[in-house]
Amino acid sequence: MAIASDPPKGGFQLSQLIYDTRYRSMTIQVATLIGVLALVFWLGANVTENLAELGKPIDFGFLGEPAGYDINQRLIEYDNQDIHARAAFVGLLNTLLVAFLGCILATVVGVLVGVLRLSHNWIVAKIMTVYVECFRNVPVLLWIVLAMAIMIEALPQPRDFRGDDPAASMLFDAFAFTNRGVYIPEPLFSRSLGDFSFFGIFDISIDLIAILAVLAAGIFTAKKIGAQADQIQNQTGIRPKTWPKTAGVILVPLLAILAILGFHLGYPALKGFNFDGGTHLRNSLIALWLALSFYTAAFIAEIVRGGIMAISKGQSEAAAALGLRPNRIMRLVVLPQALRIIIPPLISQYLNLTKNSSLAIAVGYMDLTGTLMGITLNQSGRELECVMLTMLIYLAISLCISGAFNIYNQRVKLKER
Amino acid sequence: MTKKVFWGVLAAASAVAGFASADTLDDVKARGKLICGTSTGLAGFSAPDANGRYEGFDVAYCRALAGAIFGDPEAVDFKPLTTTNRFSALSAGEVDVLARNTTWTLTRDVDLKNTFIGVNYYDGQGFMVPKELGVTSARELDGATVCIQTGTTTELNLADFFRANNISYEPVPIETNAEAQQQYLAGACDVYTTDASGLAATRASFEAPGDHVILPEIISKEPLGPLVRQGDDHWADIASWTLNALIAAEELGVTSANIDELSESTENPEIARLLGTEGNLGEMLGLSQDWAANAIKAEGNYGEIFEKYIGEGTPIGLARGLNAQWTEGGLLYAPPFR
Repeated sequence: MAIASDPPKGGFQLSQLIYDTRYRSMTIQVATLIGVLALVFWLGANVTENLAELGKPIDFGFLGEPAGYDINQRLIEYDNQDIHARAAFVGLLNTLLVAFLGCILATVVGVLVGVLRLSHNWIVAKIMTVYVECFRNVPVLLWIVLAMAIMIEALPQPRDFRGDDPAASMLFDAFAFTNRGVYIPEPLFSRSLGDFSFFGIFDISIDLIAILAVLAAGIFTAKKIGAQADQIQNQTGIRPKTWPKTAGVILVPLLAILAILGFHLGYPALKGFNFDGGTHLRNSLIALWLALSFYTAAFIAEIVRGGIMAISKGQSEAAAALGLRPNRIMRLVVLPQALRIIIPPLISQYLNLTKNSSLAIAVGYMDLTGTLMGITLNQSGRELECVMLTMLIYLAISLCISGAFNIYNQRVKLKER
Repeated sequence: MTKKVFWGVLAAASAVAGFASADTLDDVKARGKLICGTSTGLAGFSAPDANGRYEGFDVAYCRALAGAIFGDPEAVDFKPLTTTNRFSALSAGEVDVLARNTTWTLTRDVDLKNTFIGVNYYDGQGFMVPKELGVTSARELDGATVCIQTGTTTELNLADFFRANNISYEPVPIETNAEAQQQYLAGACDVYTTDASGLAATRASFEAPGDHVILPEIISKEPLGPLVRQGDDHWADIASWTLNALIAAEELGVTSANIDELSESTENPEIARLLGTEGNLGEMLGLSQDWAANAIKAEGNYGEIFEKYIGEGTPIGLARGLNAQWTEGGLLYAPPFR
């Protein structure tokens, strides 16, 4: 059969790039790409040249100079003689800490609220509706400032704990809630294994690694025991009692390693101006963490509610017909299916939370924005470099988060066979 | 979307190119108004009064400069800037001059491409603590929680001071003076540190100023002064000699009260040159002949401005100290007008 668009025989001609539909789209795309690249290059060169003319050529040398300022919350060793790059790294870790804590709390609260909003209990459902509408309709910055103001004004000062008849007292003599933060007991090891230096950049406690390794091994063994129980159940229909065994393989080695390391708690005590000892959770961290979590949780709640409502009613009715109880229906039938719908928008909420953490400076939390784009920028006066570097780091964090969750999404999404 | 970003960058790039070559005096004259960067609110230095009119020690300098250029001290707009954005605002051309209790340091002068045009207040960093703590010296502050404004030289001085005395502290970084005040009063920090003048101004706004003491240690030199962009020497000259005129006027006894009388009948040749009845100093600067007289008429000479806004008769209550004329044992010393 003869069709008009039979490919012409013969050699390739340049005019084909425009007139041949097989090549034309490619030609246009390549030309556009070249144009865009040229424009970007021209703009970049223009900025560089003008900055050089202003006497401010782009130069990242300042990152190697001593920072000269102190940071209150440090997850790694840092003092004011360390370089700006390390100060930025300390800030980055603070950003990651609040983002990590925030994502966990936001997920827990969000899922809970999302499920409760569908409750048949009128009061509970309405309370959750009010919560969601209040939190997601007020800018997060205001929630952060409000949380901080409440912490500062409502909680007692450390000096209120002093004297024979103090105005405030510690909870169980172990927890102190002050307007500078919460002091909690810290884990100490009298027979510590010391620290492991990670390429000389920061130290990791070997005690922590040992405990985590023992815990991981315990959980792994417990899973094996569970799998064995499943097998027996499938063969005989009777499930053997597993919990004493699983609890044993997890708890006994854990307690053993803690005893070997000489685990004990260090309690905070009032000394001088402040509490000494214990772990100090600064009010800036707590305020930022709670505000970001509860704000993002309102959005997650809606995503979860949407996901659950998208599961057809027949699914839960069928499960009920099999005799499953309501909480099992939710856990075993509805949520696993809803997850497929929930995960993609959930990723963008995690990204939002991470990026919103850059509002930290409002409460004096020294995150990446506070260190690199705050004090370092101010002291070095390198605006463009600091802003570009900060943008690059946030971009990298966001891409890592979405990359990791996309892998997870691949695993939970509907497998079509 | 992508297109928008490109146009934004394009605009930014051309803006950078545009400001590199402009003559500031011409720009200001064409605009008909001076734009002056001030702080976001520091009692006595720059804060709006009950009617919303900007007033204060730094503001008075801007009005004098507007007077020198336009003969009208009201021909000035004020732009409140935070410690973080002040230098970017100046280098981007958002303000013509920055009079915002800014410390003159080598880095800011050289590396940040600014030109400091003089010192209008010699200050030093101090500490304020509640009286009930019973602290009498900053060396007793081991382990204290210290509120600091971020992005200032204060942070670096503080780190140096505590390192030199081998004592520890917990810094609480704060964006603005108002937030620092809130945290300090609630006891979220034991100590508030900033320039001693700023401490006095902050303390004056407390309900019970007597409950707070400023410790005797002054841990740094903080020469505060107005600054302009580097690269326009003519503009820097105008800004600098306006400040000198205010200082010289006090030294020569020229006040806002007697200035009209003196410009008509003065025997003193230096006063005559300053007020423009003799010589052509104004012409050299590219201003009118009575530029300095207009600057002084705006809010008075240096001493009058000091007494009006931050002197001992005001709630701020600062003594002249280092800021007295050199003839009175201070550091103020204006070069000769000739």
